[in-house]
Amino acid sequence: MRRAARRWRTLRTVASAVVRRPTGAFGVAVAAVLVLAAVVSVWWTPFDPQATDVRAAWLLPFQRGHLLGTDRVGHDQFSQLLAGSRETLFAATGSASIAAVLGIALGVTAVLSPRPVGAVVVQAIDLVIAFPGLLLAMVLAAVYGGSLATVVAAVGISAGVGVARVSRAEIARILSQDYVLAARAAGASTGRIVRKHLLPNIAPTLIVQLSLVMALAVLAEATLTYLGYGSSPSTPSWGGLLHTQQDYIRVRPLLVIWPGLAVALTVLGFNLLGDALRDATDPRLRSGVRS
Amino acid sequence: MTLLETDDLTVRFGEKTVLDGIGFTLAAGERLGLIGASGSGKSLTALAILGLLPEEAQVRGSIRLDGVELLGRGDRELSRLRGNRMAMVFQEPLSALNPLMRVGNQIGGPLRLHRGLSRKKALAEAISLAEQVGLPDPENLVRAYPHQLSGGQRQRVGIAMAVASRPALLLADEPTTALDVTVQAEILGLLDDLVTEQGTALLFVTHDLAVLAQVVRRVLVMGEGRVLESGSLETILRKPAHPYTRNLLELARAASFHRAPEAAR
Repeated sequence: MRRAARRWRTLRTVASAVVRRPTGAFGVAVAAVLVLAAVVSVWWTPFDPQATDVRAAWLLPFQRGHLLGTDRVGHDQFSQLLAGSRETLFAATGSASIAAVLGIALGVTAVLSPRPVGAVVVQAIDLVIAFPGLLLAMVLAAVYGGSLATVVAAVGISAGVGVARVSRAEIARILSQDYVLAARAAGASTGRIVRKHLLPNIAPTLIVQLSLVMALAVLAEATLTYLGYGSSPSTPSWGGLLHTQQDYIRVRPLLVIWPGLAVALTVLGFNLLGDALRDATDPRLRSGVRS
Repeated sequence: MTLLETDDLTVRFGEKTVLDGIGFTLAAGERLGLIGASGSGKSLTALAILGLLPEEAQVRGSIRLDGVELLGRGDRELSRLRGNRMAMVFQEPLSALNPLMRVGNQIGGPLRLHRGLSRKKALAEAISLAEQVGLPDPENLVRAYPHQLSGGQRQRVGIAMAVASRPALLLADEPTTALDVTVQAEILGLLDDLVTEQGTALLFVTHDLAVLAQVVRRVLVMGEGRVLESGSLETILRKPAHPYTRNLLELARAASFHRAPEAAR
């Protein structure tokens, strides 16, 4: 009970430190808007995002209640963006979860297991890293068919291996620190060292990496869907919008700008959120000296 | 009564011998200084006693604490002694403290580990230890992080952590090298008081003769992984037998000569 209360207090300190910076506040706002849009769009969108209405085609923003206008077949662009945010959010969180679990597991195995095992893990990591993530996604899509799940798996695996390599070096660095030696000199066991000294010290770099993975996943999902390797064209998504609207870029440039802006803002938001989180989780970088 | 006894302690990394036949004894409550240049193996001797040498080190000989052989013991058994019967103060007070852990938890850590104290009791104990080592405002200080303290305060925290469970043997590896001269004297005074008060045996590792003279009476001179000579501090200073020791003394004198004009300013 008391432990839960203490965790909660730490969480609040970190959260307020994130929001205190304008960049952090922007990142939090972007993430919040994305989550809100994804959740709301499950029950409500202003128009049916898939409904076609030729009489309502090529409308400009604010015409007849269409906030961002309509396209060639009368799709409400705002509704499409809202519905598409579900794909984006799932791609970001799914990939980051896979990357986190895979990255930490591989990193800790590589450092803490006996030398031959560790060496094999390191070699395997380097081998997989040499393989471009987008190519892996295309291969997976060719074998299993293009879908959001293939995109998430491909981004999660390739990013997870990258996380493993960076965190392996970081884990090795932390374990060679004097305070780990001091902790052992004070009688701490390996398990205690991992819990009390390794995980808290690796959390800041891990959080930054994962927010970058999220940004990368948003971009990869849009790219792959744009190229036709992602979810089917019937599912609204930001990459899919870019793909279908690019033919009319000279007639209605705004149609491309909305999904493009959505992707760009989301990627920027996750990147800034990551930076703010890193600063906030490290008491040395947190502003205000003694609380 | 002999507390610590090493006999023919030899450590090798592959082909390279870094410690060669180290043998000495330390009685309970006694103080011994280990002096030598960098790379002479004095810090390795301290780590070997704690059983904290890197995995690839091949260790031979004997290290006995309270008459019990330590070499060949498992890590789990040794970790019950570390921070309990024997403890260490490190050279760099900043890097020897976990930057993300509050000072109080670090001081109280060994107590929770070895005496099974609750978090609350360990913190109360940490506050009284902080007071004992002369840290200002201990109630608030235990909630600070290491980067919020000065160098001297950090080393006081390191000392508090080491003496928390009243060890029989305290290893101090250049505990004042990273500090400025005035703070050095304070920390040496503190160590001196604590060791006297608790009846702890002290193995003091340093390269600095002036520092050594303030804490110990008996000295072991080390060079290239071997014990070159040993004896009382006075004999070593007056009549150094080994050329290496003579060289060390000369360099120390030259250094203090160079330092003198600065001190006069």
